[in-house]
Amino acid sequence: MAELYTVSDLHLSLPDMTRKPLLGAAPRLEILKGLSFTIPSGEILGIVGGSGSGKSTLGRALIRLLEPTAGSISFAGLDITHLPESRLRPLRCRFQMIFQDPMSSLNPRQQVAQIIAGPLGVQGLDHSPARIADALDQVGLPRSFAQRYPHELSGGQRQRIGIARAIALKPEFILADEIVSGLDVSSQAQILNLLAGLVKDLGMTLAFISHDLSVIRRLCTRVLVLQHGRIVENAATEQVFNYPQAEYTRELLGSIPLPDPDQAWL
Amino acid sequence: MVDITPRSLSTFQLQLRRFAQNRLAMISVALLALIAASCFFGPFAFPFTGEDADFDFIGAPIDLASPHPFGTDDFGRDLLLRVLEGGRISLAIGFLGAITAGFIGVLYGAVAGYAGGRTDRLMMRMVEILYGFPYVILVILLSLLFGGGNVALFAAIVFTLWLTPAVIVRAQAQSLSKREFVEAARAGGMTPWQIVLEHIVPNCASVVIVYGSLLVPEVILSESFLSFLGIGIKEPQASWGNLIQTGTAAMDTDLRLLLLPGILLALVLFCLNFIADGLRDAFDPNDR
Repeated sequence: MAELYTVSDLHLSLPDMTRKPLLGAAPRLEILKGLSFTIPSGEILGIVGGSGSGKSTLGRALIRLLEPTAGSISFAGLDITHLPESRLRPLRCRFQMIFQDPMSSLNPRQQVAQIIAGPLGVQGLDHSPARIADALDQVGLPRSFAQRYPHELSGGQRQRIGIARAIALKPEFILADEIVSGLDVSSQAQILNLLAGLVKDLGMTLAFISHDLSVIRRLCTRVLVLQHGRIVENAATEQVFNYPQAEYTRELLGSIPLPDPDQAWL
Repeated sequence: MVDITPRSLSTFQLQLRRFAQNRLAMISVALLALIAASCFFGPFAFPFTGEDADFDFIGAPIDLASPHPFGTDDFGRDLLLRVLEGGRISLAIGFLGAITAGFIGVLYGAVAGYAGGRTDRLMMRMVEILYGFPYVILVILLSLLFGGGNVALFAAIVFTLWLTPAVIVRAQAQSLSKREFVEAARAGGMTPWQIVLEHIVPNCASVVIVYGSLLVPEVILSESFLSFLGIGIKEPQASWGNLIQTGTAAMDTDLRLLLLPGILLALVLFCLNFIADGLRDAFDPNDR
């Protein structure tokens, strides 16, 4: 399998506005401290870590919504680390993102059809009503939803629209940032099954960011564990769950709630 | 098969519907439309213009049977006609001024708020400097520049009134630019201009409509104020401001000259404020 992403020694720091002096630049807060890994195409990579471990920042760097401060990211053999926005734009249809909060990831003033057609139109791809209907079919929503507004949809339905918007571009890579954390358990399962099916059918590569390890275990082939902006573990899912190497991973695993409470406790 | 799904309503349509249920606001809309229509079309019904002096009726009192139902002023000009023609100018400047000032302010604020960082700071410092400019002196300077008249007045009004919508929209744009749909638009490859026009500005609509409706009476008032001071619309052209000014001069002997334009101005301002109130109730996101 060819490598879709090759990340080496990735550093990313952001200005810390809370400690900005009155004059002069804010001190920079280092969020990613030298990450190196690869994502082979076709893989489903889980990225886990506690709050503030840098997992969302890493995701946004991968699809270049953030620019790394040092190191390099290459996508399908192309160095995209410091590519300017104008050169990134034609590439954007090749890596897409599904967002965490289905409430705020859809423009409340646009109908579903416009939301899905937006990126398609910008990329100069087919955005006819037939194409939109197709995209809705793919995520299992009725075609009549094209005329609806986001406030008329449930959380799970909105998240499906978010997925439809991303996959309509037929990207090679999709980043899913905590996409089920805002949903109830039954919608979570539906959305995960849908995503897993789509990734398999369309042959996409997926990076799945989550703090929920049981979700990662079900979906992912490999797991990247982050702590304080560093990789503490990077191995196949089975290995991580059965033989965790890092202390931090064992801690995370210990925090998974068990579906079957201790019999003696009852 | 019958399609039973109800037609989808956008938030905007829902808000308009809520506005339509506000009785006071709807009465104001009707009254305002009536006043505006009579100001714009009424003067055509007269066989003379507002600048024609009728020497048989100088300073004539109210007499509904005469050709001048509300009488004439000291030059024998028909008062009702002059008030209607004055309303034309005042309303036109009010609405055009508010729309222009709103348009400039919204774009400026949306760009500053979305761009953030140094661009934002630079743009907003400029707004603050302009805020510090004394209004009346600015109008006098501009009327020197444009040679007085309507253009100078319009420019001065727009120049001072676009600042507040810019500040309001900038705050809104700042919070919108942190929403995920803006990030999604970036991930989809939209340019900053496309994002501002397609995602930021439409989502500022509620704030803009509410503030814009308050802007119209503000513009009308400042036009009247400046004309009252004598640096706005000049005689013989009528406006509510300079009509009220001539009215106050004669108020000891003849209240009529003050009351007719004064009452109309007050009515229009009341209507606009009730409409603004209704719009705020219907559009303010805090209610939901």
